[in-house]
Amino acid sequence: MNRRTLLASAALGLGLSFGGAAEAQMDKVKACFVYVGPIGDGGWTYQHDQGRLQLIEAFGDKVETAYQESVPEGADAERVLTQMALSGCNIIFTTSFGYMDATNAVAAKFPDVKFEHATGYKRDHPNVSTYNARFYEGRAVQGTIAGRMTKSGKIGYIASFPIPEVIMGINSYYVHARKVNPDVELSVIWAYTWFDPAKEADAAKAMIEQGVDVIASHTDSTAPLAEAAKTNGAVIGFGQASDMAEYKPSPRVSSIIDNWGPWYVKRVGALLDGSYEQVDAWEGIAGGEVLIGEITDAVPAEVKAEAEAMRDAIAAGTYHPFTGPLNKQDGSAWLGEGEVADDGTLLGMNFYVEGISGEIPQ
Amino acid sequence: MLILERRPTPSRFWAWGTPFLAVILTMIAGGLMFAILGKDPFEAIRTIFWDPLFNAQFAAYSRPQLLVKAGPLILIAIGLSLGFRAGIWNIGAEGQYIMGAIFGAGVGLAFYPMEAWFIFPLMVIAGAFGGLIWAMIPAILKTRFRTNEILVSLLLVYVAENILASMSLGLLRNPEGGGFPGSRNLGQYPSAANHELIAGTGMHWGVVAAFIAVIAAYILLQRHILGFQIKLAGQAPRAARFAGVSPDRLVVLCMGISGALAGLAGLFEVAGPAGQISIDFNSGYGFTAIIVAFLGRLNPVGILLAGLLMALTYIGGELAQFMLGLPSAAIQAFQGMLLFFLLAVDLLSNYRIRVPMLMKEAR
Repeated sequence: MNRRTLLASAALGLGLSFGGAAEAQMDKVKACFVYVGPIGDGGWTYQHDQGRLQLIEAFGDKVETAYQESVPEGADAERVLTQMALSGCNIIFTTSFGYMDATNAVAAKFPDVKFEHATGYKRDHPNVSTYNARFYEGRAVQGTIAGRMTKSGKIGYIASFPIPEVIMGINSYYVHARKVNPDVELSVIWAYTWFDPAKEADAAKAMIEQGVDVIASHTDSTAPLAEAAKTNGAVIGFGQASDMAEYKPSPRVSSIIDNWGPWYVKRVGALLDGSYEQVDAWEGIAGGEVLIGEITDAVPAEVKAEAEAMRDAIAAGTYHPFTGPLNKQDGSAWLGEGEVADDGTLLGMNFYVEGISGEIPQ
Repeated sequence: MLILERRPTPSRFWAWGTPFLAVILTMIAGGLMFAILGKDPFEAIRTIFWDPLFNAQFAAYSRPQLLVKAGPLILIAIGLSLGFRAGIWNIGAEGQYIMGAIFGAGVGLAFYPMEAWFIFPLMVIAGAFGGLIWAMIPAILKTRFRTNEILVSLLLVYVAENILASMSLGLLRNPEGGGFPGSRNLGQYPSAANHELIAGTGMHWGVVAAFIAVIAAYILLQRHILGFQIKLAGQAPRAARFAGVSPDRLVVLCMGISGALAGLAGLFEVAGPAGQISIDFNSGYGFTAIIVAFLGRLNPVGILLAGLLMALTYIGGELAQFMLGLPSAAIQAFQGMLLFFLLAVDLLSNYRIRVPMLMKEAR
């Protein structure tokens, strides 16, 4: 974890707070977290829990945290949230898309408790905020590496569920691979899970048999990297959600790291000093929510430089990964020359870009 | 070497005493586990078993939730217990639960946004039907082709899960949901919603159905010829055949009833507490109900109590997780211990352990 980013963001959070105090200050905040997986999953939930630990590091005695792991998305979530609110939590972070309705339902009953829902879009009550990260920015960097590194011309993407979040990632990955390698072919396998090492390994095996030699995954385990590792360097992949540094320098040549700490520090900080307000946040590389893990020496220096330039351009705001001309899969125009996709389209993305074969499952 | 020897007449006292002993043993072993994890075992046990019922801060909310959580468990377990008594092993209630929810929600959503009194009853029928036909697959394969119903019903759970994913992404997806998976929220569609019948009690139609099922199963087993046949087929299959009980008919009936009840549980859940069809709609009720059925001695009243106890460990377990920081795996292990000790104590009440070498010397 990049400590400097954390402190900078913490400072930013505290700095911002001097403008327009929206609420009363608090001496101590109890922050609670609802996790969809176990904190030891090494990916999505692990990263959220790292964020919680950063919160403790940043505020010490002024913050108390509690969490619950492996909470099913559905009726159980509503009960867990209610019990948390009853137990005196001041702010509750619900860290999976499936908690959306439960979050809003419980928020209605506890107007004094703040709710922050990750990756959702419903803010039915003034005490519900949403936050997400622009992971597709990281996919642009991965796509660049994939396009340059593939020898067979075939790259793969292990997808979880056909939701806009994932489709966005596939499109960004493909667009940037094609940019540096116009003949590249993408194969997508739908695993229908966020975390199932056996299924993820099967998907990776199937891809490797088809000749795919660069595999990106949108599922949370290290299984695809473990499969790639068996090929003696012929197949490479990326860390997903967390750095997955144990597979460095190859097959893991880079990674997308979900860095939630700065956001948690910022929001709890705002609650402490009374500047808390409802928001809909979607930060990316620039905001520090998406980190690109070290690009290893398994990648030639010029490719590494190209990928890092891509990262820096996105961070500086000079380049948007979805910049026209881009057509949809059916050949119809989507973005004109120089046109940039708006957030609304991205958040509802349900189509492939031109060049990807196969269909999005319905 | 140890030899298990069947006791000629197992103690009547222990037939009813074992569940209680199993609960006590679970508390002791669980307490040890919590102590090893560095938590105060007494506080943990109190949080799990006492706080949801009597803690001033939580009880007002937790007590009704006990019914909400126990309702589907009891409803499914009652159905399963009939088959289990007759030696028919429906392990796939989870799949039947999913299909009931899909069928029921599908019917409700087909009428959206019309408001009419008959929509919810139709959904209930569709839910039971969905679970029924899903259970008929292993039943008919068994009666026609002698396949193993354990395997077929279990594997159909995974088929049902994939249908569920496909429905949440396709046919039943909320057209106003911005492309995200999941159906419309039935809780916001009055004609299809399964709300609390009396506010603050947790009592919804699924809980009512569970109570009715308990009473119906009790009468069936005590007073009805079918109940007698079920018991006979389980205890003495050959005698049952001589008495004119058709094994195939029993398979279809038991699978059908358990499937329909699991389907109903799914429908009441999707229209009530869950609210919508989503990829992760099912949360293991169908499997947990197997534990509940055995914990309740396959007896309707026992299942009622076992369902409430299981619900208590869930709700108390959640409290223990975030109040004391216990890992969720520890709570699952705790629930697993309950079944483990029950089976172990059961074994010892039905069999006695002999050490052959010692026996020889005694002679």
